[in-house]
Amino acid sequence: MAVDMRLPTVIKAMSLSVSAADRKDMVVPGDVITSDTGFMRGHGTYVDEDKLTASVAGEVQRVDKLICVRPLKTRFNGEVGDVVVGRITEVQQKRWKVETNSRLDSVLLLSSVNLPGGELASRNDLCSAEVQSVFSDGALSLHTRSLKYGKLGQGVLVQLSPSLIKRQKTHFHNLPCGASIILGNNGFVWLYPTPGQQEEEAGGFYTSLEPVSLSDREVISRLRNCLLALAAHKVLLYDTSVLYCYESSLQHQVKDILKPEVMEEIVMLTQQKLLEQEG
Amino acid sequence: MATVQVSEAEKVYILHGIRDDLRVDGRGCEDYRHMEVETDVVSNTDGSAKVTLGHTAVLVGIKAEIGKPRPLIPNEGYLEFFVDCSANATPEFEGRGGEELGTELSNILYKVFNNEHSLDLRSLCISPGEHCWVLYVDVLLLQCDGNLYDAISIAIKAALFNTKIPRVHISSDDEGGKEIELSDDPYDCMRVNVSCIVTLCKIGHRHVVDATLQEKACSVASLIISVTHKGVITCTRKVGRGSLDPESICEMTEAGRRVGKALHSPLIKLLQQEESLGKKRQKVGFLG
Repeated sequence: MAVDMRLPTVIKAMSLSVSAADRKDMVVPGDVITSDTGFMRGHGTYVDEDKLTASVAGEVQRVDKLICVRPLKTRFNGEVGDVVVGRITEVQQKRWKVETNSRLDSVLLLSSVNLPGGELASRNDLCSAEVQSVFSDGALSLHTRSLKYGKLGQGVLVQLSPSLIKRQKTHFHNLPCGASIILGNNGFVWLYPTPGQQEEEAGGFYTSLEPVSLSDREVISRLRNCLLALAAHKVLLYDTSVLYCYESSLQHQVKDILKPEVMEEIVMLTQQKLLEQEG
Repeated sequence: MATVQVSEAEKVYILHGIRDDLRVDGRGCEDYRHMEVETDVVSNTDGSAKVTLGHTAVLVGIKAEIGKPRPLIPNEGYLEFFVDCSANATPEFEGRGGEELGTELSNILYKVFNNEHSLDLRSLCISPGEHCWVLYVDVLLLQCDGNLYDAISIAIKAALFNTKIPRVHISSDDEGGKEIELSDDPYDCMRVNVSCIVTLCKIGHRHVVDATLQEKACSVASLIISVTHKGVITCTRKVGRGSLDPESICEMTEAGRRVGKALHSPLIKLLQQEESLGKKRQKVGFLG
């Protein structure tokens, strides 16, 4: 039984060397981006007395004549092809409403679900799906037209900011440390024990309620704490960064990872490893 | 109470984990989350404290005033509680949404702290039947992630440690009026020492201390126990729709006593350390 009590300390912003070339064009709401009227205004900007001004806090992106500001922290704005992990909030006649951390609840039409037994999902269940299209009001239409999508069984959900998830070719990873991860583009990350050989063939409709082994549980708890540590220090999340963080954390006990000084140490080691790998 | 939605499979996972003494964040069943305590954060109160327990943040302010003691208990002072659930914590508390939870919290705080065994109320008496100290305790919930009672009680204990109540002496002068006399020494004051609350949630066949909102969603009954630094249990309350059988209540009470007793000494040590830093202490406050 342990109690970890301490006095609060001011959190210092921690960053490895950022060269002048790397420094991005950051703006806050109200900052004037340009006074040149030749540009088209994109998302996150507005025109104020012939000056293009930012309306959100983020980095400026310029594509030829189009200027837009991509916000650092925002609700999930889905695009076609994004993989999401969502929670079913409502079961209606021909569709499900899924909460995906966006401005509006996403829609999973029953016609877009063609899995054996896929209709057995009920309220508060988690599922993985792909964005099929975007409605005119911005709501996402999801589908689970593949065996890799479907209802999720036992595991841990970690809710993070969508801007921390790196866009990659695949979002489903079986990590070598002994657990599997789904990095949803909407910031919802699902950690679960790697399914055995026979279970994978069965598809996504059978949820096993068998107790998960203690070693798998430890791996999943460690991964969860590592994800939270990386998110607290605003590190981009993808399979490599999560794995490096896991390896750097092995010297500490699982429950100690969330202490501020341990978090800082682990994230610094991870960032160093990532820089070495790229450089 | 702010609630999270949890699926059946997630509940099963959490249940089996607790059975094996390994919770989702790697803690054991009787471990607390990372806690940060800071006192003297609100300048216009007599004592204040801010406690962060994981993602739960609570702010307590105390004002001490001289008032009339309760008619049935003339030789004791008392505490008045007001709990405000700020809409900052969760959108459910917007407008009057937080009132129900606030009233429930303050009712339990009244039960726990207006009990002569939890704290020495007689030390708050100035002259029996006429004057006593009334401590107005204001609790503000800033963030809600489970285990509110524990966080609030630690904050109240820290705020009371920070509140220095002067020793007063009331004498009657020649015309029959009352005069309040303070001693010449500005450091001649007293502190009130109180008990701590431990919440134990029954999940499956085991109990956990410091449950997060997800774990709370898997539990149907909890026991709230108030324990002094000597390990004396002063108040017990059962909350929740579910039932508890007598054996689990005994088990949980023993665990609560153990955990509660062990909360006091690190807290007092931390508060004394903070006090010894004096003016050198770098105040973090709310923008740290």
